[in-house]
Formats: sequence, C-alpha cells, structure tokens
Amino acid sequence: MAEKAELVEFEQAVLPHLGAAYNLARWLTGNDHDAEDLVQESYLRALKFFSGFRGGNSRPWLLTIVRNTCYTWLRRNRMEDLTAELDEDMHAVDFATSNPEAVLLAAARRDLVQRALEDLSPVLREIVILREMEGMSYKEIAEVTAVPIGTVMSRLARARARLEELLADANPTGARA
Amino acid sequence: MSCREVRELIHGYADGELDLVRNLEMERHFRECAACASDYERLRGLRAAMSGSLPYYQPPAGLERRLHARLRAEPGTEPRVREFAMRWQWAAIAAALVLTAAGVWRVARMSSRPDSAEILANEAVSSHVRSLMAAHLTDVASSDRHTVKPWFNGKLDFSPAVGDFPSQGFTLAGGRLDYLDGRPVAALVYQRRQHIINLFVWPAPDHPDSEILATDRQGYHVLHWTKVHMNYWAVSDLNARELREFAELVRKTV
Repeated sequence: MAEKAELVEFEQAVLPHLGAAYNLARWLTGNDHDAEDLVQESYLRALKFFSGFRGGNSRPWLLTIVRNTCYTWLRRNRMEDLTAELDEDMHAVDFATSNPEAVLLAAARRDLVQRALEDLSPVLREIVILREMEGMSYKEIAEVTAVPIGTVMSRLARARARLEELLADANPTGARA
Repeated sequence: MSCREVRELIHGYADGELDLVRNLEMERHFRECAACASDYERLRGLRAAMSGSLPYYQPPAGLERRLHARLRAEPGTEPRVREFAMRWQWAAIAAALVLTAAGVWRVARMSSRPDSAEILANEAVSSHVRSLMAAHLTDVASSDRHTVKPWFNGKLDFSPAVGDFPSQGFTLAGGRLDYLDGRPVAALVYQRRQHIINLFVWPAPDHPDSEILATDRQGYHVLHWTKVHMNYWAVSDLNARELREFAELVRKTV
C-alpha cells in the first residue's frame, strides 16, 4: 500500500497545481471530458513516480507528466496535428506582418484570439500556454517540453508569428473567411 | 546592435530572459529604430490580447474531490508490486526451465519424479515472494497457535501442526491458505527479526521421513523435508544457518 504520509506529501506538492494541469490538458485536448480523464491519469502516474521527484518546484514536474500523458493521447487521437509543424523548428521566424491593422482589430476580439491559439499545432500551442498563461521561464518550459532552451525561444517566436498571421487572416467583422 | 540581432532577441527581451547588458542595448536600439520599436509594440499588443482573451480553464467542480478519493483508492505501490511479482514468476519459470534442461537437481532423489521437487521449489519461492509483495501475507494474523491451527479446519483436508518458538526467536505471525503442487496447502508465517519465513505444509502420503535438504532460489533459501507423511517447505531470505535452525526446531517438535 502507498504510505499514507507519502500520499499526504504528494497531495500537498501537486494538488495546488490542479488548475495548471487541467488548463494545459484542456488546451491540448480541446474538450472537458478527455481533459479530466487525462488529468486523473496524470496524477495517478505522478504518484507512481513521486519517489523520483527530488523536491523543488513541483509545477514543472507535474506539468511534464500531464504533457506526456496528453501527447500519448494526441498520438492516438490527433496524429495529424502533431506531425503538422514539427519540421519547421529549424527556421528562424521574424515577427513581422503585412497587415498590422487587421491584427489589431482581430486581437480585440476574444473569440478570434482563442480560435487562433486553438489553430496552432499542439507543439506551438503548449509553448504559448506555458509562457503566457503559466508565466514559466524558458528554462522551465524547456524542462516540461524536453527541448533545449534555444528551441523554446524559436518555437515561441514561431508561435507568436503564426498567431499574428491567423489574426491577420481572421475577419473581425463577421464569420471567418 | 543590428536590426537582425534585435529581431532574434526580441522574444527573449519581451519575456525578460535577457541579461542586463543586452536589455540595455535592446532599449537603446528601440529608441533609435522606429521599425524595430514598432515590432516590439505589436508583440506587446499581441501578448496583452492573449492575457486578456485566452480562457484559463478551471477544473470542473468535484475533480479535486474525485482525485483525492481515487488516489486513496489506488493501492499506490500495487501496480509496481504486481509487475514485480510477475517478473518473479517469470524468473521462477525461466529458472525451472533452465534447471530442467541441465538436469541438475540434488533434491530430486526425494521425489518419485525428478523434476517435481525442482518445480516445487520454484513454486514455493514464488508463493513466498507473492505473499510478501501482494500485501497478503496472512489470512489469519495471530501469534497464538491455538488460533491459527483451528482456522485451517474446514479449509483443508488435513490439519497442519502449528508450532511456535518465541524463546528461540521464531515468532508465529499467522497462517494463510496457499496453492502448491496442484493443491491447497497450509502456509504458516513466522518472523525472525525483520525476516519472514513461509512454512508450507501439506500431506505426502507415500513419502518416508527425510533429512532436511537445502537449495537456493533467487536469493532465497529453501529447505525441504518430509516427516510423518507431511511435506514441509520453508522459504526465507533469512541466512541459511538460522533457517536451518528453524527447520530443525519444526522437525523436532511436530
């Protein structure tokens, strides 16, 4: 049986991050039902691995497990999303747009901003969530996503440039073209 | 700093990831270059739009409570234990196959079928390991042999002799039903310091009394003897000398 003391210690370390875990899973899966299932699965896995956790900040540690659990799900259910942009990591991207006014208009619409993020590939979406919503440092994001810090920076640049593109193409006055 | 360098570092700057010197160089460049300054303003605008627009999804009501309950329902280490026990079983089967192939078996002469004692030794060790791993050491936990012995009544077609040897340092911890050699057997559990001894007992109608024979399996010592038409198999990680001491005690007493 799991030691009671260990379970209490575990819960103290990871339950405070339930919101972050759920938000990440929800954004990666796109629906509540799978997000809840994957969060529960992640916590059970985290309990199993807890003896390997060496203290320190438990949030990146937990989110790493949540992220990996979600990726297993994505590979099974959304393989096409995962393969979409992986080969573009190499290219540097300039943050530039041909239509700053359109971006500005669209950015004022919550639904359009949300949809733009949903349209990013999971690899870029998670970078934005970890940086903009969780306020994580590049180092922490590198830990969660298992890539070098340089890749975190280039993915973040790509994600933001892509968001601008999507917003510039969105039609703030009506339905999407 | 050139515009190219600024474009490379602009996200690091916006995210507060640059060192102080570079920060200052970036700021100086923005004061002098309208194009780069405008890029930076757009980036700030985009980030502000995201922080204002993107929903931070809240866990559904009750998820924390469900999780709390599920973590408690989870036998925690049990998945690992089960895998571990399975590995032992496979290891035991592998060991049995290897030894059968080699035909090396000293205890064999006690048995009518040369391989059966060997297989039995593996079974006994597997049962011992399982009893320690699966949190199912005893069905009846008692150091009182007058509690343990009657417990087997009606569960087995024989009545095992149950000894207790506290003054010699072997304490009865309880008993359990187990399954060995294709039949239900009595498993008596003894403790010596931190070491657990499983003593498996079942009838051996056609067997004469024997000496105590020793073998090792997977780091466990296994002792076997027959007395008054009963099979005895003792398994433990206790050192060989003390386990033999235990076996002599049982053999002498019952």
